[in-house]
Amino acid sequence: MLLAARKLAITGGRVIDPAQGIDRVADVLISDGEIESVTENSSGSAPAGYEQIDASGKIVSPGFVDLHTHLRDPGQEWKETIVTGTRAAAHGGFTTVCAMPNTDPVQDSAAVVTDVMRRAALAGTIRVLPIGAISVGQHGKQLAPMGELADAGVIGFSDDGHPVADPNLMRQALAYSVELGLPIINHAEDKKIGAGGVMSAGAVATRLGLAGVPAEAETVMVVRDLQLAELTRAHLHIPHISTMGSLVALRSAKERGVDVTAEVTPHHLTLNDEWVYGLKGEVPATVGSQAYDTNTKVNPPLRSRTDVDAVIEALSEGLIDIIATDHAPHATTDKVCTYNEAAHGINVLETAFSSVFQLVDAGKISVVRLIESLTAGPAAILRRDLGSLKKGFSADVAIIDPRRKWVVNPEQFESKSVNSPLAGVEFVGRVVTTIYQGETVFDLSGGAVGVNSGAKLEAKQ
Amino acid sequence: MANPTITVGNGNATEVIQTSGDKANANVTPRRHLLDLDDLSTKEITDLLDSAAGMLEITNRDVRKTPALRGKTIITMFFENSTRTRVSFEQAGKILGADVINVTASASSVSKGESLLNTVKTLQAMQIDALVVRHPHSGAPYFISNHTDASVVNAGDGTHAHPTQSLLDLFTVRTHVGDIAGKKIAIVGDVLYSRVARSDILAFQKMGAEVTVSCPNTLLPDEWQLGTTLDASTGFGGLKLARNVDDAVEGADVVMALRIQQERQDAGHLPSLREYSDRWGINAKRMALANDGALLMHPGPMNEGVEISSDVAHGAQSVVEEQVRNGVAVRMAVLYTLCAPGKSSRLSGGDEA
Repeated sequence: MLLAARKLAITGGRVIDPAQGIDRVADVLISDGEIESVTENSSGSAPAGYEQIDASGKIVSPGFVDLHTHLRDPGQEWKETIVTGTRAAAHGGFTTVCAMPNTDPVQDSAAVVTDVMRRAALAGTIRVLPIGAISVGQHGKQLAPMGELADAGVIGFSDDGHPVADPNLMRQALAYSVELGLPIINHAEDKKIGAGGVMSAGAVATRLGLAGVPAEAETVMVVRDLQLAELTRAHLHIPHISTMGSLVALRSAKERGVDVTAEVTPHHLTLNDEWVYGLKGEVPATVGSQAYDTNTKVNPPLRSRTDVDAVIEALSEGLIDIIATDHAPHATTDKVCTYNEAAHGINVLETAFSSVFQLVDAGKISVVRLIESLTAGPAAILRRDLGSLKKGFSADVAIIDPRRKWVVNPEQFESKSVNSPLAGVEFVGRVVTTIYQGETVFDLSGGAVGVNSGAKLEAKQ
Repeated sequence: MANPTITVGNGNATEVIQTSGDKANANVTPRRHLLDLDDLSTKEITDLLDSAAGMLEITNRDVRKTPALRGKTIITMFFENSTRTRVSFEQAGKILGADVINVTASASSVSKGESLLNTVKTLQAMQIDALVVRHPHSGAPYFISNHTDASVVNAGDGTHAHPTQSLLDLFTVRTHVGDIAGKKIAIVGDVLYSRVARSDILAFQKMGAEVTVSCPNTLLPDEWQLGTTLDASTGFGGLKLARNVDDAVEGADVVMALRIQQERQDAGHLPSLREYSDRWGINAKRMALANDGALLMHPGPMNEGVEISSDVAHGAQSVVEEQVRNGVAVRMAVLYTLCAPGKSSRLSGGDEA
């Protein structure tokens, strides 16, 4: 490919690459789609023959890696496609996304997985790594052909959205995964506790008359899964962890040496159940017509303030390993309805970094740890040469302007869907440029750039 | 601006009904919707109850018809079975001279898979004045109010609110005891799933009463602890959670039994309706713990022999039938307040988002 010969120097930025322990003002040199080097100091100019991107005043990070994305393709292309989802990812600074298997058909066979990978390579703006199903059809009855899926290239197994309820099937999945060296990612929720619940149990749910799901619905299954991971010596990855009780169990398991990693979403780090009132977290004196904001409906549900504080602290100290988006696009018809009818899920990719960056401003987490949780952390779970600016790694870079102000307007999302509770929220700090394999796939100043011609063919609806 | 009073003719007699609220005060935005009682001031509630008193007089006439809402169209849209509430609204609208159209979920396009949004937009296009909604999902009337110019009246949404039931309960109690402030109200029953409980707690507390609830711990929200009094952060500050039903009923001025449904037993909230009846049923023995002359209320429909024994349900202290009668008057007051001539949001264009 002609473009791959591009030589690029990203100069004068604060380069943060936690995998290498780098946090200094330096230049990042790129050639042939790979990282050439991170210089000791910034020269302030590009070497001869290099195109220059002036990043002074900005943060230069490895491109983000998202372990938990719903691309909805194949099967629900009206919500999102590989094309729109990967463009949305690029706009959020992500250069790798892992596609959850709850597509239609489900990614439970090599055929479907191969199709997703093929089309992502053709038309995707950034890298797509598929996740295979744990069970056939995600029905929780019979193990999917995990070996076949591993050979096809999946990076782990999940029945996301459908917890593996049968403890023995979960045990077998964990045991079987050991030989494959891939994690089991189980949506931890006991569906019978708080069955019918549509938000977190608590004062807000009671006030709004919405059926509540207690935090323990998650916690009890996290405890179960940790015990089974210990039994089988398998790698358990806990997606979207959100309760204080789960964290207690996670800490205990890590101390015992259980092979477990955990992720938390931007929304569970920044939003609580009071957002269901529809006033961006403000608690109104009286319930108004903004209440029952369906864009706050997500599973696991937005939790209490106490849980939010707990997951922030756990991420900061490293008990929670990484941030993953659980980007879950839904069509307008899935959200313009009653709260009970609304689909679970939040559109996250394009707001993810800005929302969690507010935690840095608030002094709750260091910027280095934050970037680690979006780069080196997920790459380590994937055991792939990603998420770092090491020499020879794919030249995947996110450039962040920490002072850039913007107001979220979902109508401007690259995603096909607009289901964000953050509409109208002003953030300070934003990804302004994303580079994938040495090519600029997003540049805020120059508007959207799609490196793949396929991306341009399919316009946003 | 709305005319604050209306002259209603009946034969030779002519009298003035005081309408509720904003007495020609141009600075007060006329109320458009009744979604819950939490955003009503005590004055608004008092005005509605005063208005209902006038309406009650009309319902007792030989010829019960006024032209107050002539030319107005009210649609009752019930997505849940209901007899008394739907008929009550229909009768209220008809006595006031409005055209009332009843839509039930099974008969409407909803059963053909049309979304609630499109159903509302279709009705909106027909330029209706008020939409009376009952829906099994909490918050549905709030959703609807964002998508129509019509006045929306919540006739019961999921497990959230039932404001006209609470108004009629307040009205009934006020008729008997005068000032509600300081009175002790015991509510016994399915607090977790009862929209009547939620709205009544808010309503009676707002009017200064002391409210105590009693029910099996399985039918309380998890964060509510038996034997405690809730603080303000719950939105129900001051609500007492009795350890047992006798504690709740003792010294009460009003005892309200709520309907308990078979499905609570089926879902494991209760060992059996028999045990519920034994431990929480309101009977003569328990009523004897209440103050002399205490009122016995029930929002209906009653499961006689379960949450309420037949003897007290039809006994001297029972005001259950009065509640139903007052319901029509209260709903007349509500419909008149929202749709009175000159108040049509249909003409002003509303403020649809």
